[in-house]
Amino acid sequence: MRRSLSWVSVAALALGLAFLYAPILLVIGYSFNAGKLVTVWSGFSLRWYAEAFANEQLMASIGVSLRVAVLSATLATVVGTTAALVLFRHARFVGRGALVGLIYAPLVLPEVITGLALLLLFVELGWERGILTVALSHAVLASAWVAVLVQSRLVAFDRSLEEAAIDLGATPARALWQVTLPIIAPTLVAGWLLAFTLSIDDLVIASFASGPGSTTLPMRIYGQARLGVTPEINAVSTLMIAVVALGVVAFGLLAKREALRGVQAGGSK
Amino acid sequence: MTGRSVAWPSMVVLLGLWVALFLAGPLLIVLKISLAETRLARPPYTPLLIDDGGGWSLSANLANYVALVGDGLYARAFGQSLWLAGISTALALGVALPMAYAMARAPASWRGALLAAVLLPFWTSFLIRVYAWIAILKDEGLLNAALVGLGLIRAPLALLNTDIAVVIGIVYAYLPFMILPLYVAFARIPASLIEAAADLGATPTRSFWSVTLPLTAPGIAAGSLLVFIPAVGEAIVPDLLGGAETLMIGKSLWTEFFQNRDWPLASAIAVLLLILLVGPTAWLEGREARRRETGA
Repeated sequence: MRRSLSWVSVAALALGLAFLYAPILLVIGYSFNAGKLVTVWSGFSLRWYAEAFANEQLMASIGVSLRVAVLSATLATVVGTTAALVLFRHARFVGRGALVGLIYAPLVLPEVITGLALLLLFVELGWERGILTVALSHAVLASAWVAVLVQSRLVAFDRSLEEAAIDLGATPARALWQVTLPIIAPTLVAGWLLAFTLSIDDLVIASFASGPGSTTLPMRIYGQARLGVTPEINAVSTLMIAVVALGVVAFGLLAKREALRGVQAGGSK
Repeated sequence: MTGRSVAWPSMVVLLGLWVALFLAGPLLIVLKISLAETRLARPPYTPLLIDDGGGWSLSANLANYVALVGDGLYARAFGQSLWLAGISTALALGVALPMAYAMARAPASWRGALLAAVLLPFWTSFLIRVYAWIAILKDEGLLNAALVGLGLIRAPLALLNTDIAVVIGIVYAYLPFMILPLYVAFARIPASLIEAAADLGATPTRSFWSVTLPLTAPGIAAGSLLVFIPAVGEAIVPDLLGGAETLMIGKSLWTEFFQNRDWPLASAIAVLLLILLVGPTAWLEGREARRRETGA
């Protein structure tokens, strides 16, 4: 089989990647622009970063976003892992199909519907909207992603380890805590990071679920972006890209380590 | 699967409660409120059950749905959402097919890096990726400056605040959703099949059209739906890049909710949107579930 790429393929890849990266690189590049015009380069400066850090509203929204993300990622990891364990272990029970459909629904539902539905729930229940409701809403979305991730890890999990623990006298609960969860822990960390990233990124669901005083960073950026492009948003966006890129790199390293371990385990069988 | 299970029944019950409260419940409430009327109060909609002293009476009406169907504006918004989402999906397929094919045909040592390169922008904030296009597409923006500079056009093109900008934004934002399933589909085709086609005298072009492409049909379908479904309900892209005349149903829902504060009407839009998307969504979910459970 010929394994060298034709020039058409190389061109397709080069153009495609340029299309994917150019807009992001422009935002990053112009965040270091000295001038106020966002499309004319007038020298390197960190001025807009200084202005962004001096903007109290912006800084407050970063604080809100971080708190929401930590809370929602933790909740989503617990719920998503539970869902994956239940669905993977119990092949049959009444209402399984409906349960599966609903748990994974946020993966495919338009965000406006998820956001509206959760907001109306909070109103019906009379819950005060704020950081907690935003975190809860993000957890509903992210737990579906965590469940996907954990379920794919469980497929490769060697159940005889758990059975051995039970044969040695461990209760099922103890086997879960001391055998299964420690083994799949890297996947849980990866799931937590994924949920954190989803939360930091979300605008639509947060707009519905938030109340006064719980404006997240994307909501703040959106409010300013509707009025036009400013170098200050470019600076904040660049910081956000950097934070998420760090998260993705951490996630990638974990996933790679897991994959290597999977290969080793597979090889020793 | 059965026997000594480590996941005990209380976990099933807890999960059931979570799903009932935060997934099934909210969707039923949307349905309920779509049958109510708007009013100036907290909450801004009428109750469905009214206690009129002598007992409860049901006060549901289909007025919101009648308004949605009867008002040409919303019918146009639904139509335009499907149309713009359809064009965007087709364009995304056109961009993604050669990329995914090239990735799958690349030397094995490159493939991981190429995959990461395609996915990394996807992890950059959706909002920022859409926002980035404002500076590119506006009249005095970078694209117009480049085109004028190259002498291709004399006066700047009006791109921002048009449907073209919305399509570009959607294609850009959802492209990785298309590339990934296509890449998986291409990568799964055994090289021996292509060799067999070549041995039997097929030209590379012929074997691509009659062997490779038919085998990737499920990947094409999955990728197209993964782009089409969120694109139909997209609210942020038409708001930031579209113009006043760009009507998309997700944006209508957003406007009815946040600006007009008509929660019952917004709910009715959500219900209609759900009905519209339930078929393709169920197909995708069924496929996903089968894939997950076979561990493929």
